[in-house]
Amino acid sequence: MARAFTPKVITANDLLEGDVIYFTAEDSWTRDLREAELITDEAHAQLRLLDAEKQNIKIVGAYLADAKAGAEGPEPTHFREEFRRTGPSNYFHGKQEAQANV
Amino acid sequence: MYKYNEFDDAFLAERNAQFRAQVERRIDGSLTEDEFKPLRLMNGLYLQLHAYMLRVAIPYGTLNSAQMRQLALLAEKWDKGYGHFTTRQNIQYNWPKLRDVPDMLDALAEVNLHAIQTSGNTIRNVTADHFAGAAADEVEDPRPIAELIRQWSTDHPEFQFMGRKFKIAVSAGEKDRAVLKAHDLAVRTVRNDAGEVGYQILIGGGLGRTPMIGKVLNDFLPRADLLPYIESVVSVWNQIGRRDNKYKARIKITVHEMGLDTIRELVDARFAKVRPTFGGADLQLFDEITEHFAAPTFRSASTDAYSWAYDADPVFRSWADTNLSAHKDADHAIVTISIKAHGQTPGDASAEQMRVMADLAEQFGYDELRISHEQNVILPHVHKSDLPAIHAKLKEHGLATANVGLISDIIACPGMDYCALATARSIPVAQQIATRFDEMKLEHDIGHLQIKISGCINACGHHHVGHIGILGLDRAGVENYQITLGGDATWDAAIGTRTGPGFAYDEIVPAVERIVEAYLAIREDQDETFLQTYRRVGMEPFKAALYPDAVKKVA
Ligand code: SF4
Repeated sequence: MARAFTPKVITANDLLEGDVIYFTAEDSWTRDLREAELITDEAHAQLRLLDAEKQNIKIVGAYLADAKAGAEGPEPTHFREEFRRTGPSNYFHGKQEAQANV
Repeated sequence: MYKYNEFDDAFLAERNAQFRAQVERRIDGSLTEDEFKPLRLMNGLYLQLHAYMLRVAIPYGTLNSAQMRQLALLAEKWDKGYGHFTTRQNIQYNWPKLRDVPDMLDALAEVNLHAIQTSGNTIRNVTADHFAGAAADEVEDPRPIAELIRQWSTDHPEFQFMGRKFKIAVSAGEKDRAVLKAHDLAVRTVRNDAGEVGYQILIGGGLGRTPMIGKVLNDFLPRADLLPYIESVVSVWNQIGRRDNKYKARIKITVHEMGLDTIRELVDARFAKVRPTFGGADLQLFDEITEHFAAPTFRSASTDAYSWAYDADPVFRSWADTNLSAHKDADHAIVTISIKAHGQTPGDASAEQMRVMADLAEQFGYDELRISHEQNVILPHVHKSDLPAIHAKLKEHGLATANVGLISDIIACPGMDYCALATARSIPVAQQIATRFDEMKLEHDIGHLQIKISGCINACGHHHVGHIGILGLDRAGVENYQITLGGDATWDAAIGTRTGPGFAYDEIVPAVERIVEAYLAIREDQDETFLQTYRRVGMEPFKAALYPDAVKKVA
C-alpha cells in the first residue's frame, strides 16, 4: 500500500525582504502560516508548487513543507518549520517581533 | 596596516557597481534566481532561514578603528543593531534587505572592506593568528604573507570556479593560534637551524563530514618559492581533485586517497613549471606590503598603574589573569575582549560595543583591532599602564567578561537559529552552558576548557577540535546532540572521539555538567587541564558519568 501522504504547505522566502512566506489558496503569499493553503493530495501538491513557482520573480526557493491541520490553520510538524514561522531563539527578531508589533 | 592602492579601489568600485546592476536586474525580473544566486554568493550574500545574510571578510582578522566604526554603522543602519563575528574571522549581518545590500557594500568599500570570496568555490578569506604582529612567540608578522596570498588569489582566473572552496591560514607563532591543521593549506612561518626565516606548508586539513588533520607537505620553503609553491598545490588539486562528489572534492580527500607522497611529486613537477613564471614581482610586492605592516613605535612609560590596579582590584586581577597575553614588548600586553558574556550569543557585538572597542583601539591601542576565530575581539598592542582605564570602559559596556579560554568562552556557529543548512540549534546550547557554569561559580576552578558547538556536520563551530565538542543533529524530527571529547585545535591537533549516543536538547547541558564533574573528581591537581586529564585516563570515566544506566546494565 502506498504510504499516506503527509499534508503540505508551500513556503518560500520573499525576494526583497528575505523573510518567510507561504502560498495561499488564492495564489497569493502570506507571512502567516495559518493563512496558507494546506494541501492534502500529492498530485495537487506538485501542481500547486508549479503555480507558486510561476511567481519566481518575487519569491525565492519555493518548496513543499510538511504541515498538519490545526485549530487556526496549518501548523508545522518539524522544528525547522517551527523556527521559520517564529524567528531565532536568541533575540526577539523575525516573525515573532513582527507579530508583536501588529 | 595595509592600504588599498588605486587599482584595488577601482576594482572594488567596479565590482560593487556590477552587483548593484545585478540586484536591479533580479528585482525587475531580467535575472532568474538560478542566474542571480551565484552572483550574490560571489558577493557574500546568502539567503538564510529568516532573511538574507551578508558575510563580510575581515582579511586575516585585522581592522582599524575606522573600519570597526563602519561595521557598527552597517549594523545600525541596515541591520538590527548588531553583527556576528564568525570562526572564519568574518562578520555576518543577519537581517539585510536585498535592496540595501549594494549600499552596504559601497559603505564597506569606503573603508577598504568587501564581501568578495566569502563564498563560492574560490580561495576564501585568508585567516591568520589573531595575535599577529604582537605575540611574544612570533618569528615574524604573518600578515604580509596573508595579504600577499589575498592579492594573488583575489579574482585569480584559474581559481574562481574550482571543484570546491579552498581555505588558507597563516601563522608565525610558536603556538598555533590559527588552527593551521584544520585548513586546506596552511603556511607556518619558521626559522631553520641557520636562523633563516622560511615557510612550512601543510595541506589536507579540514573539519566537516570527514574531519582530517593537516600534514606537512614541505618543511621549509624560502620566501621566493612560497607563492609559486602555493599556486602549484592549488593548481594540482584543482586538476586531480574529485568533482564527481561534492563531499569528496576537498583537498583532504585527495590527500587521503592519493597519499601525501604522490601529491608531493605532482606538486614538485608543477612547481618546476610554475616557478620560472614568477619573475620576482611577488617579492617586490611582498616588500611593499611588509612596510604597511610595520609595527607601531611602542611607547615606553611606567607600568606602575597596572601593578597597583592588579594588587588592589580583584575584579581587574581576574580579568587580567584570563584575558591578557604576552606581548613582544614587555611593557605592553595583548588584550582579548570577550564577546561571550554569560548567556549572550557567542560572537555577537552590538553597534555600541563595536564603537566602544573602536574608541579604545584609537585611544589606547595604536588604532589596531583583531578578530579571532574564537569569536572574540583583540586589542593587540596596549601599554600596561592603560589597562585599568580600558577595563573600566569595557565594564560599562558589558565587555569585561573574564572568561577567555574558560568553559564559557564557547565557539558556536549560528545553527538553526539562522543557518539554512543547520540540523539543530547551537546558540541556545552555548547560552545555557555559559549561564549554568556561571551560576555554579565554577569556571575559574575548572580552568582551560574549550567547548565548540556546530549546528550541523559542516562543522563551522569547529566541534571536532573542541576539548568538548557538540554537534547538533536532527534525529527523527527532534534535535539531538552528539558529544566528542579530546579534540584539540592547537599544533597538537586532534579530532575528538564520540562518547556514544546523543542527548536531547534538554539533556545536553546536564550531560556537559556530568563530564565536568567527572573531570573535577579525577584530575590529579588544579594544574591538570581537562584535556590533559582526558589524555591520561581516556574515555571510560567520562562514559560512566554520561551513561550511568548503560554501566549498570553491564554490571
Ligand atoms: S556548522 Fe552547519 S549549522 Fe553551523 S553555520 Fe555551518 S553550515 Fe550552518
